[in-house]
Amino acid sequence: MTSRAADMPVSAPASSSNWFAKIRIGRIAAHVALLFFVALWTFPTVGLLISSVRDKDQLAISGWWTALASSTTQNAARAGKAADQVQEDGKFVIKGNLLGTDARGKLIQSFGITNAEVAAAPVGGTLPMRDGGEITVQANGDYVWTSDTEFKHTSGPRIYYVVGSPPRFTLDNYIAVLQANGIAQSFINSITVAIPSTVIPIMIAAFAAYALAWMRFPGRGFIVAVVVGLLVVPLQMSLIPLLRMYNGIANVFGTESKGYFGVWLAHTAFGLPLAIYLLRNYMSGLPREIMESARIDGASHFKIFTGMVLPLSFPALASFAIFQFLWIWNDLLVALVFLGAQDDKVVLTGRLVNLLGTQGDNWELLTSGAFISIVVPLIVFFSLQRYFVRGLLAGSVK
Amino acid sequence: MIQQILGAAIAVVIAVAACFTYFWGTNWVLDKLLSSNAMAGDDVTRRDNLRSGVRPWLFIFPALLFLSLYLIYPVFETLRLSFFDKFGQNFIGLSNYAWAFTDGIFWQSALNNIAWLLIVPFLSTAFGLVIAVLADRLWWGNIAKSLVFMPMAISFVGASVIWKFVYTYRGPGIEQIGVLNAIVTGMGLPPQAWLTVPFLNSVLLMIILVWIQTGFAMVILSAALRGIPEETLEAARIDGANDFQIFFGIMIPQIWGTLIVVWTTITITVLKVFDIVYAMTNGEFQTQVLANLMYRWMFISGDYGRGSTIAVIIMLAVVPIMVWNIRRANAEEGTR
Repeated sequence: MTSRAADMPVSAPASSSNWFAKIRIGRIAAHVALLFFVALWTFPTVGLLISSVRDKDQLAISGWWTALASSTTQNAARAGKAADQVQEDGKFVIKGNLLGTDARGKLIQSFGITNAEVAAAPVGGTLPMRDGGEITVQANGDYVWTSDTEFKHTSGPRIYYVVGSPPRFTLDNYIAVLQANGIAQSFINSITVAIPSTVIPIMIAAFAAYALAWMRFPGRGFIVAVVVGLLVVPLQMSLIPLLRMYNGIANVFGTESKGYFGVWLAHTAFGLPLAIYLLRNYMSGLPREIMESARIDGASHFKIFTGMVLPLSFPALASFAIFQFLWIWNDLLVALVFLGAQDDKVVLTGRLVNLLGTQGDNWELLTSGAFISIVVPLIVFFSLQRYFVRGLLAGSVK
Repeated sequence: MIQQILGAAIAVVIAVAACFTYFWGTNWVLDKLLSSNAMAGDDVTRRDNLRSGVRPWLFIFPALLFLSLYLIYPVFETLRLSFFDKFGQNFIGLSNYAWAFTDGIFWQSALNNIAWLLIVPFLSTAFGLVIAVLADRLWWGNIAKSLVFMPMAISFVGASVIWKFVYTYRGPGIEQIGVLNAIVTGMGLPPQAWLTVPFLNSVLLMIILVWIQTGFAMVILSAALRGIPEETLEAARIDGANDFQIFFGIMIPQIWGTLIVVWTTITITVLKVFDIVYAMTNGEFQTQVLANLMYRWMFISGDYGRGSTIAVIIMLAVVPIMVWNIRRANAEEGTR
């Protein structure tokens, strides 16, 4: 609004500068406010993504916002025993490396000989030792302990040090969670549930929507009203009767009551009200003239539907398909009730809840597992956002 | 694994083939069976009318079957079961409802639900509106909208993990890895195990849903804002109205209907909210809500009577919105 006001020719030059000043402040405030909201809304997801590729030891001790800074920790290692000593230039010397084999680019910042004084000396400095002589520690962990008298101690004294680890990014967390925690199996399970449950309702709904949009028959208005009503009926109303029904059928046939077939049918049914509603709204907006001229030419309803209406309704079909796919992929309740939480069948959302329970503090697994579960919807969302938004608008603003 | 995917693919093929066979086949049978080719006069008209009377029902039959079996019948069945005992065998009248209204946990859940209903739709709609207004006047507004909208694609469970990480707690003296505790300790306050602090924890769970639903509100309201005639805004500006007057005096009244639609849609979502509470606290620390309580009674306790009763109570809260929706749809039908 203000931008357009700024473009308007202003008749009085005196007020022009006044307007200008006001606009600038308003504009800047708008930029800042929007930036604030965007930051607030993306921050948590960014944190998840960054954490999922951080080294798990670093993730456990420092916030993800420090991911690019090196993290410091305190540690201790034993220096060598008397048996390790060699004689050099008339002095007794013990050499070694405090970091051992686990160095991985770590750098020691300071060291000390008691737990209380971890930072008694900077790297390169020297400290006297209780067992005699003095020790020098380098940043890479190499230490030299020299003494004029022979060493006698049998167990190596502890050297305490502060070590900085450079930021490390790795895909190890993903490998770990995919291999050990069944995320891979659940990923397959989610796909198995989602694809048939997305495709089946489209066909069923499209025919019904066409009938409700372009055929005249008694009870049509009533059915439309029922569909609109069913749009908001909570799923909770369906669960218990369906569970009893499934159990009953399973008893009769001696089969398992929880399985993919049951979930596909349930998701199909639960998606139908929205599908019929969206598609009917869209189809009834198609130009009447085309339909009527086709009818006059002798085309049957079936021909008109498959040959004209279905291709023309592609945007609405795509919108619904995206909705349904996202809803199924993200669903927890229906999958829990009709498929169960057993290891071989549980879907990604269910697996993630299980991980929250069992791996509550292993954030490297939780973050990478969560990212695997949200990456598919995010790809669908960002590549097909246009259809998604269109469906959203058609589904609620009518 | 490959087998499983193959199974799903085959299921898709079979389902599509079955649908096609049904629709094509029944149409073909109808045309053959009630053919009017060999007839004359009134008979032809009668046959034609009969055919066009039957055909819609062939088109609509599979959908009706699914809707009746999976949605309509269960509504009545759940209502019936709410008057029956644990196993759905003995009629016990209103005992389940009497239990509900004297049960402490039920009341706690209901009150929590009311708090959710008051806070989540309001905040989501308000944030959505503000972001829509801001984004529509800045050049990078579309990018901003995309980013705010993104949580809509994320599952409630995924969002729960994301936010549990924000709220995560380490003992005092250790560096906090959760953003919230890092901010709090940065201000010199002691860290908190946020999810165990009653009522505050409920609010923190609500924030997750607000985070998800704001994008929805923003998209719908943004479209409505663009529908406001430019002349109206222009006229107000010429009359000397400032931005705030335009916002509250013109924009809000113009999109009032849409605001209500957004509000009620989010209200329905809130009533059904289950995943967030289930994943974050599972109703512990006084965060229970009705949908999760229903799940507990149904699955953990295996009490179909009480489970049904809670479902019916959730349904009762939805009914006013449902009636209003149907009325609105019918009114629109009249103008079409």
